[in-house]
Amino acid sequence: MSINIGSKQRRYLAYSIPVLAVFAALLFGAIMLVLLGADPFKGYSEMFIGAFGSGDALIATLLKATPLLFVGTGIVIAFRAGVINIGAEGQMVLGGLFAAMAALYLPEMPTIIMVPLVLIAGVIGGGLWGWIPGALKAYYRVNEILSTIMLNIVAVQLMAYLLRGPLIDPAEIERGTRIPQTARLAESADLPILFGNRLHIGPVLAVLCAIATYYLLWRTPLGYRLRAVGLSEHAARYAGIPVRRTIALALTLSGALAGLAGAVLVFGSESHRMVTDGSTMGFTGGAGFNGIVAALLGGLHPLWTIPASLLFGGLIVGGQALQRAVQVPSALIVALNGLVVIFVVAADRYRAKLLAVDSREEASNESDIDDDSEAHAATGMGAVHDAAPDGTHSFDPEDSS
Amino acid sequence: MSEVFTTAVMVAVTASAIRLAVPLLLASLGETFGQRSGVLNLGVDGIMLLGAFTGYYAVLKTGNVWLGLLAAGIVGLVLGVASAVIAVTLKAEQGISGIGIYLFGLGMSDLLFQKLVGTPIPIDTFPTVNVPLLADIPYIGEMFFQHSLVIYLAFAAIPVATFVMNRTTFGMNIRAVGEYPDAADTLGVSVSGVRYATEIIGGTLAGLAGGVLAITLGIFQQNLTNGAGFIAIALVYFGAWRPIGIMLGALLFGFVNALVLELKTLEIIPRDLSNIAAMAPAIITILALVFVARRFRAPSALTKPFTRGK
Repeated sequence: MSINIGSKQRRYLAYSIPVLAVFAALLFGAIMLVLLGADPFKGYSEMFIGAFGSGDALIATLLKATPLLFVGTGIVIAFRAGVINIGAEGQMVLGGLFAAMAALYLPEMPTIIMVPLVLIAGVIGGGLWGWIPGALKAYYRVNEILSTIMLNIVAVQLMAYLLRGPLIDPAEIERGTRIPQTARLAESADLPILFGNRLHIGPVLAVLCAIATYYLLWRTPLGYRLRAVGLSEHAARYAGIPVRRTIALALTLSGALAGLAGAVLVFGSESHRMVTDGSTMGFTGGAGFNGIVAALLGGLHPLWTIPASLLFGGLIVGGQALQRAVQVPSALIVALNGLVVIFVVAADRYRAKLLAVDSREEASNESDIDDDSEAHAATGMGAVHDAAPDGTHSFDPEDSS
Repeated sequence: MSEVFTTAVMVAVTASAIRLAVPLLLASLGETFGQRSGVLNLGVDGIMLLGAFTGYYAVLKTGNVWLGLLAAGIVGLVLGVASAVIAVTLKAEQGISGIGIYLFGLGMSDLLFQKLVGTPIPIDTFPTVNVPLLADIPYIGEMFFQHSLVIYLAFAAIPVATFVMNRTTFGMNIRAVGEYPDAADTLGVSVSGVRYATEIIGGTLAGLAGGVLAITLGIFQQNLTNGAGFIAIALVYFGAWRPIGIMLGALLFGFVNALVLELKTLEIIPRDLSNIAAMAPAIITILALVFVARRFRAPSALTKPFTRGK
């Protein structure tokens, strides 16, 4: 039993490592604040209050966490299948565009039909934008990191083209202001409000998606195939798993969830329009990248990604409050965001290492395995440690011949 | 369309293509060193942005373009060391940590610009150096021999890079570490040492690329590179990890960019379609990736951190 306790402690340490990494990044940020002549204590206390200090703050955090959770859940699927999806930014844009077009071109219908329709349109748009790099990787051995980055560039230009031209609000042309945005989209497609005047059903949908993804990955044959491909392509191939199709599917699913995030952003926005400032981050708020961090913070487990997204959403909302409070340019938030990404990713290797020691010990002590898997099944978070390290690191973008 | 293909326009487009190719060329050459040794640095764009700002700021303060270039190179070098610490020592997942470096550079360069400069002030640009005799050849002179010194130097770096990669011990070590790190390690080559060296070369060249960009344009603004660093990474694949291929790729991209710019200025591309035209480089890249992936193979240890005995 003593070994078991040690391994549990090590596991707690492993899970706290990404959080410690976030704090390390914030410490770095404090140094930057001092150099900028701002008070870091005031800054960070404003940050905490701004993220969690009031009902409004909590709602803002929840709404900010929603796209992170959608994207993060998709990232988990891709990672588990051994694929890195850097293209969620573009997939969110496509999801938003498809959803907006659905609302613009479909006839007016009751909310109960309209909302699912526009969300499905978002899923299709994002899924398509994920399928392209997925198929390119699976069938043409094109490195998905590069193809997804290129597709992000294509997506942002496509968005600018559509919102300046075919989809522009006719009123913008009449007024001559030509702000690149759609007209106010069909009211029947507004996401139903749960509470107050801002909190829509988006967060609930995101949590449902995360739970569904957990079931998909650990309770269905398809999920088994996805994870098998991520753990060892060769072994998966010998087991008769269609590796190529599975890889393409992983990126398609990942893109579909990002697309859903895009649709939720459009129909959950206060303006109920799709607007562009000419960058992807102007639309996504960087959720396509930060969703990756949320997924890593959550140990690449869909359920742990829920609290991780909430934490990271709070960080973003709080960051904006910090920036307003100490009067530093908002570019600081982008730089800090980059630091958080670097620290969390760099720390991830150590988390994986601690867990690897853990699973070796378990293997040498069979009774522990049984204990643990029962305990995990009970909490529903069991599989966090069983496959996480290898599925994420031993992957080779060129190996999918 | 006919007025596009007049000689004068094509000469101007070619000359500008060469200028636009140089930042891509430098950044891409640097990235090649890293990738040949097994490290993918996805943060090139961020390093370029910080190099660009530093170069711009140094020229603004000193009035000396060469000091500006030096400053850009030093910042690149420092960030190259940082990239190596993250990718080699901490063994971070390179596909993601690079995005962090990019975001850091994107935010930091903008932050520094707003804090230290505020409103854009134009700076001196590199003086043009006419190559004696050659610059006087009609058309050819204007296209190829009326550029600044950095442009000539950048193209001169290509044979140097090829030589280093193929004919020196250092180059052999780079390739060995990128293909068979275990074997290289057994033979006493320091895998980490080589990778640190290539990341530092890559960072320095990326910083210089940013500096060249800013000092050629004589200006800095938020997100000045507009994703050029990512195109530079793609060019490494495009050029199949060979300096000559990278040069051809950089020239092709320079040409596409110059042509699109010219067509916009001549208002041949209507304003509404300029976004569609701006997709061209990314789409060409994707198609090129398909083509390259069928014929060439990436270094087999690319993105794989090295741990002895694993």
